[in-house]
Amino acid sequence: MDELEYFRPKDLSEALRTAESAQGAFKFIAGGTNVIPDMRSETLAPRLLIDLGVLDDLRYIRDERGTIAIGALTTISQILASDAIREKVPLLFAAAGRLGSPLTRNRATIGGNLADASPCADTALPLLVMEATVHTARPRGTRRDIPMDRFFLGPNRTALAENEIITEITFPKPGASERGSFIKLGLRNAMAIAVASVAVQLDLRGRTCRKARIAFGSVAPTPMRAAGTEKNLEGKDIDERLIRECSLLVQEEILPISDIRGSAEYRKMAAAALFRRAVQEAVSGGGE
Amino acid sequence: MTMDKKTIRFTVNKEMVEVTVEPNALLLNVLRNDLGLAGTKYSCGTGACALCTVLVNGEPILSCITLAMAVEGADITTIEGLAQPDGTLDPVQEAFLDHGAIQCGYCTPGMVLMAKDLLNKNPHPTESEIRGHISGTLCRCTGYTSIVRAIKSLSK
Repeated sequence: MDELEYFRPKDLSEALRTAESAQGAFKFIAGGTNVIPDMRSETLAPRLLIDLGVLDDLRYIRDERGTIAIGALTTISQILASDAIREKVPLLFAAAGRLGSPLTRNRATIGGNLADASPCADTALPLLVMEATVHTARPRGTRRDIPMDRFFLGPNRTALAENEIITEITFPKPGASERGSFIKLGLRNAMAIAVASVAVQLDLRGRTCRKARIAFGSVAPTPMRAAGTEKNLEGKDIDERLIRECSLLVQEEILPISDIRGSAEYRKMAAAALFRRAVQEAVSGGGE
Repeated sequence: MTMDKKTIRFTVNKEMVEVTVEPNALLLNVLRNDLGLAGTKYSCGTGACALCTVLVNGEPILSCITLAMAVEGADITTIEGLAQPDGTLDPVQEAFLDHGAIQCGYCTPGMVLMAKDLLNKNPHPTESEIRGHISGTLCRCTGYTSIVRAIKSLSK
């Protein structure tokens, strides 16, 4: 962290202009809960930090009839404090509650969680199953809408261009027939990088699954949708046999590696078990 | 190339302070070294243990991974700011003493601030809520039991 400059832009435009003139030797920072540790461990070494944390007009949660819109600088604590999220988006509420600790959540932002793009980014899983869209701003007034399932490209790599800032995340408000569950397996009750995690959203009529969306964390280079397993669930009545069958499919679809938190073998078994539990919870009433 | 130092102001324990810092200065180090407030501890340096907890604008944050410049203008409370000016301890501090919730004392500032934060937000926490709120704060001595008991005793 030697040779550093720190800059507080007064608004989004100034942030983007400053990024452009820095010509790559910079990093955007929001809560800093990933950026600062990465700089201290020398994983990152930017010469300039552009602090987006001051952009208060990008902190909001809006319930716009059929759509929920969350400003990118909204902190995880703000998400947990939101009645709209707690009551209408229990999947995101559950994931937010498992991110870091009460202290990290006071600073970490939803935009930052996505931009950091860890393979186990906690908010990524509910956003993937809810088929969210990431909205961005670029220099000279251009904007982009990136579907969540095209956002992550690799470990800590996203579709964002260098001078592009996430402004907002939107997703359809889950309907009455949509039930979900989020489960995270970690080696600690807090501050845990997931060993494996799952989010499930099922559109159910009785036990019949009309639509299935399933996402896993920590079992692939990016948070991933299990498209094959989703298709195997859709249009069918969910029973123990189908859940077991799908849990075997899950083990084929995911691509875990062995690392300090667990072996690939263990992750396959864990992901299958989390999947079974998540589907059972979703079918019997939803939420974590 | 040397970094451009900047003089920044913020409030610490109700007093306005001014420090001249480099951009890479961490809030924890400014508090401990520039301001002599050694109550907040330097432990893991990565945000994993929460012994560096301070309140910024009323909210607990990890000062070892927060730049001092990022909190310019903020209202900061450290453990030193919890007791009354005349030395009267906060009820949380008394409860920790009464329940033997302090052994080496290293996690105590962080634990006390988190307990205070919890009770400010929720005057009747359950044991589960207490454990959840201190889940980011590591203690190696007590096994957490006495700490949870101390906080539970304040749950009304």
